[in-house]
Amino acid sequence: MKKQLLITIKYFVAITIVTGLIYPLFISAVSMIVFPGKASGSLIEKDGKVLGSELIGQKFESDKYFWSRPSAVDYNPAPSGGSNLGPTSAALKKFYDDKRKNFILKNSVVDTTSIPNEMFFASASGVDPHISPVSAILQVERVSKARNFDQSKKDKLYLLVDSLTEKPQFGFLGNAVVNVLLLNLELDKI
Amino acid sequence: MITIHEIIQLVFYIVVLTALAPLLGGFFAKVLKGEKTFLTPVFGKLESVIYKVSKINPSEEMDWKVYTFALMAFNFFGIIFLVVIQLIQSYLPLNPQGLPNVEITLAINTAVSFVTNTNWQSYGGETTLGYFVQMIGLTVQNFVSAATAIAVLLVLIRALKTRKGTTLGNFWVDLTRSTVYILLPLAIIWALVLVSQGVVQTFSSYKEVTMLEGAKQVIPLGPAASQIAIKMLGTNGGGFFNVNSAFPFENSTPFSNFIQVLGILLISASLVFTFGRMIGSKKHAWVIYGVMLFLFVVGLSVSVYAEYSTNPIFNTSGLMEGKEVRFGVANSVLWSTATTAASNGSVNAMHSSLSPLAGMITMFNMELGEIIFGGNGCGLYGMLLFVFLTVFIAGLMIGRTPEYLGKKIESREVKWSIIAILLPSACILIFSAIAMKTTAGLSSLANAGPHGYSEILYAFSSAAGNNGSAFAGLNANTVFWNLMLALTMFIARFGAIIPVMVIAGGLVKKNITPSSSGTLSTENLLFGILLLGVILIVGALTFFPALSFGPVLEHLLMGQGITF
Repeated sequence: MKKQLLITIKYFVAITIVTGLIYPLFISAVSMIVFPGKASGSLIEKDGKVLGSELIGQKFESDKYFWSRPSAVDYNPAPSGGSNLGPTSAALKKFYDDKRKNFILKNSVVDTTSIPNEMFFASASGVDPHISPVSAILQVERVSKARNFDQSKKDKLYLLVDSLTEKPQFGFLGNAVVNVLLLNLELDKI
Repeated sequence: MITIHEIIQLVFYIVVLTALAPLLGGFFAKVLKGEKTFLTPVFGKLESVIYKVSKINPSEEMDWKVYTFALMAFNFFGIIFLVVIQLIQSYLPLNPQGLPNVEITLAINTAVSFVTNTNWQSYGGETTLGYFVQMIGLTVQNFVSAATAIAVLLVLIRALKTRKGTTLGNFWVDLTRSTVYILLPLAIIWALVLVSQGVVQTFSSYKEVTMLEGAKQVIPLGPAASQIAIKMLGTNGGGFFNVNSAFPFENSTPFSNFIQVLGILLISASLVFTFGRMIGSKKHAWVIYGVMLFLFVVGLSVSVYAEYSTNPIFNTSGLMEGKEVRFGVANSVLWSTATTAASNGSVNAMHSSLSPLAGMITMFNMELGEIIFGGNGCGLYGMLLFVFLTVFIAGLMIGRTPEYLGKKIESREVKWSIIAILLPSACILIFSAIAMKTTAGLSSLANAGPHGYSEILYAFSSAAGNNGSAFAGLNANTVFWNLMLALTMFIARFGAIIPVMVIAGGLVKKNITPSSSGTLSTENLLFGILLLGVILIVGALTFFPALSFGPVLEHLLMGQGITF
């Protein structure tokens, strides 16, 4: 039995070096060579300044930008989180009603049944970078008005949403989505 | 309504899993027996170096007592080491955020959690643990806790196959082979695919950015991909970041989601066929796989149905609360079903915000004892305990001495099987009752009404199933919850491993009687149905009353539009 105890300690050191040190360092080294941008967080840089990450959603509340999904952590992912409110939560019901009313009012939505419910429910991560294409299109009129776009610029914006719509991966995995931060960065260029 | 597009994704998942499992399972059988494969040139060297430096004689055989001692010593040592490095993390390197030392009950909870393959997290990764603890501490346990359970499974298989023997293999050899030939190669592939999708793997400190509209945002980073790969494959589930695989840096695209959710069940499903190969009965392996898959598909179907039914309170269906748009509803409940069927416990959507019945499925999966594929190794040895019960009950019904693979199943086997099955169930029910009656338990709740009670029931089901997922509204980082859950995880894990070792120690000594016309066949549909019946009767009778106060009641009240 004493022999097993001695092995335990030596083995623990050996297996820690293999799985806790060599393995992650090997993965890091390969990642840094093969996928440097992705491994370090898909950061968007402009003139040497980091504007954000392609994968981390940002807070957009003004009428001049496309809105992200609601966030339970105010878009600050340290730590990330959802609301964890259950399906019979009165607090969630109030949150939902307020968000929905506001969205319909601000975007002058006529057909209220067609709005995807993701715009009224907080995401799981608090920084969901995407919204559905429908939710983006519903916001075009509002954004155009807030920016005093003429018809041709508005048409451009519709085309922009269309061109930034990402199809399901490999044609069948996941949903079609629009990355809100990328869309808003392009929007500023119109 | 669920779309055709979503149904295709669910079917695709099941097809890929069922196609890969027999292939990988056969391969696992080879490497676990020590046969040469294409991995031997590189990973074989690693194996022999580990034996050399640890002074292990790989040909030395152990009886069940020595084997259990070595296993327990290794696990205890793991717990102590993890507690210590958390308590002194501010003095350790690789902590660019300067995170402080961890409070002691949280450190104990986290240590027990990772050693028992539960990976319950009372902490938020980004704000509590530095890269040293995550890598040197947690990633290592992600490997060896999975390998430990595979070792226990191998012991049980040897006990069934050996005729009148005493020894059951060598713990260090089983642990090493499971790690270097199964977990490590797959983790390398998984990690690199994940990075290619945008999962981060870096040692730089967090980035503070000014968002386009002006407010500040801190972007957490870290060597995540390497830990996430093994977190999925080793049925661990402990996230690098607080919201686990819902966080875009942990699970960035639908494809990264697919290979992660495939990783949850892959090794456990494959081990069923490894077992079949080792005992020499492919048919029996398919019967067990069939039972597991059946329970999985039923759970998945109920969850999808529940999510797409209209919630009268919101007058909408497919609620996106706590879900991510890139995954959508179907991929979220595929994950919630898989992660609780296996004792994985990672999440890509918030289980607390699921519809009541989908939430109930996640709890029921865990309460059955994590045997629907289950954790690596432990899923199958848990299932084999139910097989012993089934053989015993069926034997009594037809008036024959119960035999399984030629070994007599007698009172010792049945007694210890029952202990292993009932211990976790007792923990769930008794500890939930204690939490419901104390301020310390109740003050952590986030939701009111039946959903609040579900948070408690879920927490203990998760700890007792060594799962680790949560109805995460519950504030579990309190002295009461940290210690109660650590105790539950410990009892459930070793309260199953030790009975299995005792059973193996007895079985190995028995003779193998050749099968005759009167032997109950374990290779046909009838046996599958009997096994399913035993599982459901035990599970349903134990937990139906407890579930009816939580998710069932919440479902009924939701139908009447009642909120809390």
